[in-house]
Amino acid sequence: MGLSWMAWTWPTAAFFITVVLSITAMGIWEKYRPGGDPRRGILGLDTTRGDRLFISWLGTGFIGLGWLGFFGSPLWGALILAIIFWFFVFKWV
Amino acid sequence: MNKTINQKAWWLILPVLVLVAFNAFIPLMTVVNYSFQETFGNNQFFWEGTTWFEQVLNSDRFHAAFLRQMLFTAMIIVIEVPLGIAVALTMPKKGPWVSVCLVLMALPLLIPWNVVGAMWNIFALPDIGLLGYTLNSMGIDYNFTQQPVSAWITTVVMDVWHWTSLVVLLCYAGLSSIPDAYYQAASIDGASKWAVFRYIQLPKMNRVLTIAVLLRFMDSFMIYTEPFVLTGGGPGNTTTFLSIDLVKMALGQFDLGPAAAMSLIYFLVVLLICWTFYTIMTRDEVN
Repeated sequence: MGLSWMAWTWPTAAFFITVVLSITAMGIWEKYRPGGDPRRGILGLDTTRGDRLFISWLGTGFIGLGWLGFFGSPLWGALILAIIFWFFVFKWV
Repeated sequence: MNKTINQKAWWLILPVLVLVAFNAFIPLMTVVNYSFQETFGNNQFFWEGTTWFEQVLNSDRFHAAFLRQMLFTAMIIVIEVPLGIAVALTMPKKGPWVSVCLVLMALPLLIPWNVVGAMWNIFALPDIGLLGYTLNSMGIDYNFTQQPVSAWITTVVMDVWHWTSLVVLLCYAGLSSIPDAYYQAASIDGASKWAVFRYIQLPKMNRVLTIAVLLRFMDSFMIYTEPFVLTGGGPGNTTTFLSIDLVKMALGQFDLGPAAAMSLIYFLVVLLICWTFYTIMTRDEVN
């Protein structure tokens, strides 16, 4: 059984590799700084590093969708916004 | 403190990981792959980029189905959760009637979705159905196959009939776990029924209510079989909810690319709303 039915492409594979790498990075981070760094951020939410990763990915999805809905492709603007969002979430949320 | 450190137990989650991989991760990855491509079958795919996402996000059809879905889910939660709490509060706490009530409550949950749809379809038919015929005999103009309002009312009532029991059983479990000492203390303080509910029962039901709201949200947001069997999404498109629209697009029209893009948008919305609900409802516990 081949994997042709899954219709893999390099861009989508790169996306999933990035997701897996981000989770692996969290594992390595946890190994060196155990405890998950829980805190209450500016939104009043109690989050750990894992929660912040989840919020960042979810937010990235909506930033991408919002950009496509309002401006269409290409997504470079959405990418810049997403990077700013990740920085914001990991720094303050 | 000599704590044994042994990480071998992690291997025990391997079967679950394999199961989740096959029923969730791999299909999800495939949907992501499809959402960027066009196919005419035969495993041949053509790269389309973000075209399908743009098309779905700007389509009136998607906006309408999404609004219908949100309205339906909001109505379901607003009706079923308070009703479930009310029924659970009136159920007996001790004695032989407990089992009778629990079995009666569990009955609708045991009926398969398509059977519920078929039952309500026949029950509500204006010419031969008990409900439809009775309402029309009383002078109420009711025909769920032709009137959007009748179709909506029937769909909502059917869901309330099918799923309120779940909320009732969860709330009942929450109520049963409250020790008698709380009620005794409340009666010594002369607390009113409302005060007992507000300050003892409701806080103690917080966790089960979180589960109830999340389950009812997810189930009603993804509802397919019951309205499909009852109304087929009609009259017109008035009860075409997101999943019915999705199936029409994916299987009826074989537009796998746009359907995949729509599923991913749908998935992200479900994820966002569940996360928001969960965060809000578990916040007090953390505090």
